[in-house]
Amino acid sequence: MMILGLYSYWIVIALMMIGLYIIIAQGNLIKKIVGLGIFQTSVFIFYITVGKVEGGTAPILAEAYSQYSNPLPHVLILTAIVVGIATTALGLALIVRIKESYGSIEESEIQEKDNPKC
Amino acid sequence: MLTHLPILQVIVPLLAAPSCMIIQRPILVWLFTLTVSGLSFLISLALLQQVMISGAISYELGGWAPPWGIEYRVDELSAVLLLIITFVSTVVLVATHASISKEIAEGRQSLFYVLYLLFLAGILGIVSTGDVFNVFVFLEISSLSAYALIAMGSGRRALWASYQYLILGTIGATFILISIGLMYQMTGTLNMVDLAQRLPEVAATRTIFAAFAFFIVGVSLKLALFPLHVWMPNAYAYAPSVITAFFAATSTKVALYLLIRFTFTVFGFSYSFSTLPLQPLFLGLGLLAIFAGSATAIYQQNIKHLFVYSSVAQIGYLVVGYSMGTPEGLTATLLHVFNHALMKSALFLALAAVIYQVGSAQLKDFRGLGHQMPLTMAAIVVGGLSLIGVPLTVGFISKWYLVMAAIENGWWPVAILIVLGSLLAIAYVWRLVETAYFSDPTPEANPVSEAPLAFLLPLWVLAGANIYFGVDTRLSLHLAQAVSQSLFGVSP
Amino acid sequence: MGILEHIIILTLLLLVAIAITRLKDLLAVVMLMGVYGLLSASFFVIMDAVDVAFTEASVGAGISTILMLTAISLTGRTVSPIGHKPVLAMILVIITGGLLVYATLDMPYYGLVDAPANLHVSPRYIHDSLHEIGIPNAVTSVLASYRGFDTFGEVVVIFTAGIGVLALLSVPSPTPQEDTNEIKSQNIAMHHQHLVLRVISKLLIPFILLFGLYVQFHGDFGPGGGFQAGVIFAAAIILYAMLFGLNTARKAVSLPLVRLVSALGVLLYGSVGIVSLLNGGNFLDYNVLLPDPVAGQHIGILLIELGVGITVASVMIIIFFNFAGRNGHLLNNQSRRK
Repeated sequence: MMILGLYSYWIVIALMMIGLYIIIAQGNLIKKIVGLGIFQTSVFIFYITVGKVEGGTAPILAEAYSQYSNPLPHVLILTAIVVGIATTALGLALIVRIKESYGSIEESEIQEKDNPKC
Repeated sequence: MLTHLPILQVIVPLLAAPSCMIIQRPILVWLFTLTVSGLSFLISLALLQQVMISGAISYELGGWAPPWGIEYRVDELSAVLLLIITFVSTVVLVATHASISKEIAEGRQSLFYVLYLLFLAGILGIVSTGDVFNVFVFLEISSLSAYALIAMGSGRRALWASYQYLILGTIGATFILISIGLMYQMTGTLNMVDLAQRLPEVAATRTIFAAFAFFIVGVSLKLALFPLHVWMPNAYAYAPSVITAFFAATSTKVALYLLIRFTFTVFGFSYSFSTLPLQPLFLGLGLLAIFAGSATAIYQQNIKHLFVYSSVAQIGYLVVGYSMGTPEGLTATLLHVFNHALMKSALFLALAAVIYQVGSAQLKDFRGLGHQMPLTMAAIVVGGLSLIGVPLTVGFISKWYLVMAAIENGWWPVAILIVLGSLLAIAYVWRLVETAYFSDPTPEANPVSEAPLAFLLPLWVLAGANIYFGVDTRLSLHLAQAVSQSLFGVSP
Repeated sequence: MGILEHIIILTLLLLVAIAITRLKDLLAVVMLMGVYGLLSASFFVIMDAVDVAFTEASVGAGISTILMLTAISLTGRTVSPIGHKPVLAMILVIITGGLLVYATLDMPYYGLVDAPANLHVSPRYIHDSLHEIGIPNAVTSVLASYRGFDTFGEVVVIFTAGIGVLALLSVPSPTPQEDTNEIKSQNIAMHHQHLVLRVISKLLIPFILLFGLYVQFHGDFGPGGGFQAGVIFAAAIILYAMLFGLNTARKAVSLPLVRLVSALGVLLYGSVGIVSLLNGGNFLDYNVLLPDPVAGQHIGILLIELGVGITVASVMIIIFFNFAGRNGHLLNNQSRRK
């Protein structure tokens, strides 16, 4: 059980770090948004792992069950997922406008156009 | 109704925002928004009065007692910030209709006001709530509306600046979310007061240490603390002018509020200042911010950029006062929150007037402006003197208390550095004043006239406040000290 | 058996994430993001988080993928090989990751019944919600009642995103006459290319809408609720728009009306709270809505979930239509530049 728990947490940390890496290292704006999505989703997985109760079931109360998993992290993550899609939608809208104005969605090319090295 | 003031403070602008979609005509929407903001200001006055008399107010949302329900908790610190935010918002809105008529296409103007009200409700919500996850939700409301508002600025650079802010801001918010998750995992609660009681038992764990560290990094990103300030100069410079005026006065102050709230109320003063080397870290970064910000400001040709870099420096002052960890240091910081809001909103509103009349805010556009736009330039001079810290302005009061707090702490080098920072401010303010009053306009520049009353009125309310509160400091000092006492009183 | 699924899904997630890092074709990246979302949803099911799984599948794997596809159709498919900062990224990632691993060493063991998180606030939700609120789905009880104000904030967040996208991307809609002209030429072309899809979707769309309504109102008894329902409802409209043309969809779904409706959803939610204030309770206190507190809870939850569903559906429609509608704008601009 302990191994499984630690394995879960460490994989989730690895996922978060991959997301963070994509955001910082990649120059393509859409890939950055993708990285943001991976980063956020991994945080959600972490929260939900915290709420799991061994031998429990989904927190929909019924007579047949006595042990339930913790509903509070679920509620928090529902909200966080919506916040995530809101951010993604806004980010993508910005990228579409940036493409129209700069003609490119690569960070280096945009910075070149703003600060031309004459 | 009086018992419901805490929630009305947030609900009134929050529900006004979608209502704007029903009204639709820009001038009506503007008047509606102005009224709502004024109403919020009155509510904040009533709240402040209540809090000063009877202490912190607690409000149970949904009728459920905390920690099972969400609690709104307005104490002295919250009430003062509510006052500052709603005051600046109302004053800036007076000039908004005129200003955005030239900066934003007509079809989008009512959307502008919707986003403005959402941002206002967002930051009011952050300051009023006593539940850490609720903080996250309203932080995202204010951040998303901020990204959209900045992107509405003219030119493609506004888009790029907004995107960069989005990426960095979301990373910061997600770090704060991680921190909340770690705290919840170890204590089982999301309510601030409840957390304060339960954290000491688990304070020695590595998990809480990580929670604290993640929180500090996340909030520093939002605070634009050097070196995590990189999103701010472009985002504020390219945003619509009135938005810069509003954001510069309020947005980072709310991040500072979060810093103070979490380190004093949630984690507790002794934990916060002893676990991580918070004191030397913030002191060092604050001093770096003062000098890097001021130095960069001196070289700017775009005056909006100049004053944003000046803001980076001012945030440094705030953080230096905070890092002292003494009631005097915190009082000085809170005084500066109050005063800086007045200074920067006046300066950026004046810049908005200049942009309205001239069309841009480059240094060369200011040549001879002192004679063509006398009232506007005079307001900029007042704001500039305030930034430097000349006696009779609010800036002097802040610097004075900051230096005094440093000396009382035995930090003589810091006191000297604070004074040196002011000298740097003289450099960039003088450049602007000299160009405006002592150079002649370029031959190809069109003659400009003074800004309309819509700008001058709110501008001089703010500039006048700069002078008034620099002379009669009783109110601001009383408030700052009350907040400081309440924060140091509750923590161990 | 549960352990095996657990390990497999997590490992698959890891592999997908690594693949996304290395790919240069944005279409493949977006597809893999959809896979990532679906794998996450499956993981949530294993973790007993059924409501979350539902939302992640519809929002994270569904809507998110559509939006990204529409975006890359406007911006291009390939990633430029230059412009990486791997060294800085690696340093930051190692520090952050290291800090998190450090944090896990003191965490309570996974799945423990008496972990602090499960002992303090949550037991009341599980034990008392049936007789305080009277619905089986504890997640809906917490979401809609105990922490209803957070959910209000959530609706406002999605509303803000909709307004933001409108502010950034809205173009003046073509007149009905222009629409009709477009439709005639488009219809013939699409009928030839996508005959099977069009026939099937015409059959399916009413059922999708019905399913959306079911999810909306059944959220008290099973996984579901306003968010998921709103997304499903919007998905039906988006499907129609994709296969029958944006112009046809615009005739069926009037965009100014949808904009108004999105605001009305938020106002509905807020009004329930205001009515509570007027009836003597605190904001969003459903006990005072009706003489019987539990019945009050039911009506309160019903109304706010409706507000949520309305706003989410309309915002998703707004966002999609504005992204897709930008296509014509981009093409017009390019032809003008030539």
